[in-house]
Amino acid sequence: MKVMITGFVAALVIAFCAPLVLNQFGWSTAEQYSSDDSVRLD
Amino acid sequence: MNLKVFGAVILTLTALMFNPALAQEAPEVDRTATGGAQTLEDIMARQKQLEVDESFRSENLGNPENAAAIDEPLGTLGGSSQSDQWRGIRYNEADIQTVTRGPAVDVLIQDGGMPWYKLREGPMITYGGGALIAIIVLLAVFYFVRGKIMIDGGPAGTTIERFKPVERFGHWLLAGSFVALGITGLITLMGRSFLIPVLGPDAFSALAIGSKWVHNNVAWAFMLGLVLTFVMWIAHNIPNKLDWQWIKQGGGFIGKGHPSAKKFNAGQKIVFWMVMILGFSVSLSGLSLLFPFQMPMFSDTFGFFNSILGTDFPTVLAPHEEMQYANIWHSIVAFVMMVAIMAHIYIGSVGMEGAFDAMGNGQVDLEWARQHHDLWVEEVEAKQGKRGSS
Repeated sequence: MKVMITGFVAALVIAFCAPLVLNQFGWSTAEQYSSDDSVRLD
Repeated sequence: MNLKVFGAVILTLTALMFNPALAQEAPEVDRTATGGAQTLEDIMARQKQLEVDESFRSENLGNPENAAAIDEPLGTLGGSSQSDQWRGIRYNEADIQTVTRGPAVDVLIQDGGMPWYKLREGPMITYGGGALIAIIVLLAVFYFVRGKIMIDGGPAGTTIERFKPVERFGHWLLAGSFVALGITGLITLMGRSFLIPVLGPDAFSALAIGSKWVHNNVAWAFMLGLVLTFVMWIAHNIPNKLDWQWIKQGGGFIGKGHPSAKKFNAGQKIVFWMVMILGFSVSLSGLSLLFPFQMPMFSDTFGFFNSILGTDFPTVLAPHEEMQYANIWHSIVAFVMMVAIMAHIYIGSVGMEGAFDAMGNGQVDLEWARQHHDLWVEEVEAKQGKRGSS
């Protein structure tokens, strides 16, 4: 069961890290209205 | 060859869903009274969901050779009337110049929007939701008819390691993210129809925004889990003759007896390949949706199928059409996966005694293992015997 919970937590960690990593490449939901270069995720 | 036929069937069904009136063409219309322009018959035919040949207006875009002199009335239009120009815009044939640049900015009108919206809000919800309800009912009926599949003679009391921690981590990363994606995907697809009437628009707005965030970002965990499990398990999932024997015996689900199997039986191999192929496909269409207009895939895919199957799928697609196809395909594949995974969850939990332990703590009862994966147990014991003797 510990491994199962670890897998779920890892999915959440990846989800929280994904926008930060994508932001490095200019793909950002946070800056979607602030930059002409960023690609909107919605 | 079977794969080609299967692909053709899927694509044909998809095309049929986009245009339910494909087989019924509207009767020939005499347009001399309107000078070639649309008539009441055309409008009525469309209302009857008949297929109208739109070439009478999609190709009627003016002729520069007929241009009036610049000092004559309408001479500044260069041989095309304003109606011609609007038709050009409508059929994406006009030379549009915009200040803002981007892949989709010069498409001002896109015809496919409403059919896509109707398909998404209608058959997609009806058939997709119906399939989910049907599999739940089927599994419930199966449970009450067949009952829980027990270990014959009871558990041995000793255990054997079925999956290593890294295998279980990959499985739960994939499974957890898939469940999160499935729920948030259903909220996104069906929320407008089913949740707004219950929750109201304000509460649903917060839920929809949260669902979108989860769906967009958990997708990366799903793709990582897909790669991990593919690398770890592909060697055990190559089909062989044993699988055919397993299938012929109904996998032991029907009647008594347990067909021989190695680490993965034929049923598990089917689930594995279904998850891998559909998971790859749903990931591709998901990436296309995640980065709008950056990864168009359907015109190339249609072109590929046209070249090998001789089909006539459209290969010139507006950027928006690419997104619409990606959205519909994403939903279809996701529903097929959800149906298959529900059956997988059933048999891995309430449907079979001792099955959950394989992914729960990695240790399964030895008798369970002998009954369901006898050849794998022999392999493991042979390896342990070698280690013990060396």
